[in-house]
Amino acid sequence: MKRTIFRNQLLPWLLLAPQLAITFIFFLWPAGQAIRQSFLREDAFGIKSSFVGLANFRGLLDSAEYLNSLKVTAVFAVSVTVMSMGVALLLAVAVDRMLKSARVYTTLLVWPYAVAPAVAGILWWFIFNPTVGVMPYVLEVVGYDWNHISSKTDAMILVVIASAWKQISYNFLFFVAGLQAIPASMREAAAIDGAGPVRRFFDITFPLLSPTTFFLLVVNIVYAMFETFAVIDATTEGGPAQATNIMVYKVYFDGFIGQNIGSSAAQSVILMLIVITLTVIQFRYVEKRVEY
Amino acid sequence: MIENRPGLNALAHLALIAGVVIVALPVWIAFVASTHTATDFSSGTVPMWPGPHLVENYSRMLDAGVSTSGTPPVGRMMLNSLIMALLIACGKIAISILSAFAIVYFRFPLRGLAFWCIFVTLMLPVEVRIVPTFQVVAGLGLLNSYAGLSVPLIASATATFLFRQVFLTMPDELVEAARIDGAGPMKFFRDILLPLSRTNMAALFVILFIYGWNQYLWPLLITTDAQYYTIVAGIKRMADAVDGLPQWHLVMATAVLAMLPPVAVVIGMQKLFVKGLVETEK
Repeated sequence: MKRTIFRNQLLPWLLLAPQLAITFIFFLWPAGQAIRQSFLREDAFGIKSSFVGLANFRGLLDSAEYLNSLKVTAVFAVSVTVMSMGVALLLAVAVDRMLKSARVYTTLLVWPYAVAPAVAGILWWFIFNPTVGVMPYVLEVVGYDWNHISSKTDAMILVVIASAWKQISYNFLFFVAGLQAIPASMREAAAIDGAGPVRRFFDITFPLLSPTTFFLLVVNIVYAMFETFAVIDATTEGGPAQATNIMVYKVYFDGFIGQNIGSSAAQSVILMLIVITLTVIQFRYVEKRVEY
Repeated sequence: MIENRPGLNALAHLALIAGVVIVALPVWIAFVASTHTATDFSSGTVPMWPGPHLVENYSRMLDAGVSTSGTPPVGRMMLNSLIMALLIACGKIAISILSAFAIVYFRFPLRGLAFWCIFVTLMLPVEVRIVPTFQVVAGLGLLNSYAGLSVPLIASATATFLFRQVFLTMPDELVEAARIDGAGPMKFFRDILLPLSRTNMAALFVILFIYGWNQYLWPLLITTDAQYYTIVAGIKRMADAVDGLPQWHLVMATAVLAMLPPVAVVIGMQKLFVKGLVETEK
């Protein structure tokens, strides 16, 4: 709160106008439309629509395809989060030991942040391509027949790797910052008391890192659920047999390709509730961190 | 470092080198693939070392593209991406700094409501309101235009919060001094606030440029005219089209070109990039 302010009444509205106009036209209005459409059903020709109450939502919860999508999303989000955070934490702890080379390693590790999810998808798709890719060739030597076009598991592994790969750099930067914020005196004290490096990590470093870990957990789940659309679309397109059809991809597919507006709108509403929950969790946590 | 353990240091170096290799591997393979010809892949094994066709492949993609895929030359798509990324980054910064100024330095009715409206945009990513947003943009006749590519994406709660935070930490004496000297709000904004938030703007610009360049779903939906394809969205169309006839070397050349500008920005402006990343998450 500022003590000194300007007294104009019209000017602040003029300053806010562009932001509010865009917010209203492209955010609030469409969101309202999604909520409205989720209670309507269009006839076969898309001319008339009638109010159907919660039928669209009930239809979703009865549909095996949607329940499958929920499950796929959960498996996908958890795998991406665990994988990218695990690798990032390992690398951050390693870089934290370095004195002179930390900067060089950091530069070499952060640039994938800039790679578009769609491009990351294309790159890994090429590496795992069953006919020309490097990985299937290597895996064949070990006796594994890789084919993400027909195998559900392989397809899931592919999209998880592509999505997690891109996110490592982000998690790495925040873990490094978190590690640097831990007072060295604590670890020194533990070392004097005879605690080895492993013990020090689990008893001191990891617990003190928990604010960062929790924050990254939320950010990564949001990333895996909403920003990986491009990875899926550029690689598996939800297939094979719905194995990688995560919720945001299904909204798009049902709405644009399937032209099932009512069902797609109901899915949008469910997704909005999830984002709102995650945002609230994130903000409550951030407020706590300020007091911390 | 607490104590000197050479074994552990070696292990840490090993882990980091492995990490760097894993992180770089896909890009290296893409780069190598982009320097060969289509026939080099038909033998079944992918080459692991660059071939002699680098200049040939890249100049072909930049000038002509793959005509059968219906995508314009990559040079054109990169220009579209650049325009979109710049419009989004500058647009977001401009409208956010104005709204933050209004919210911090004025008291007016419904101020809380305005702030709340901006906050809500955080909870509504394009992906969840995709069909109705498309309908709005189509209704406004913005399909296949630079305005359609950028304007719907430039509302930004994060940028507004960032500038709000910056303004809140500025000493009140600045406004007092400005008012005593008879400066109006806009003069104060232009001559004092803008210069003082220059580094924040630069850091934010780096993050937003990458955000804009990497947009995928939105350009994919609203561009049907090849003249407006962006490179990140166009690469998928190209990969689809060549699926029958594997032109992997050309797709990979496009992939390398698509990541070059944002990666160059991150590496060249690493300090600003880290600052921007940390600040926008506050």
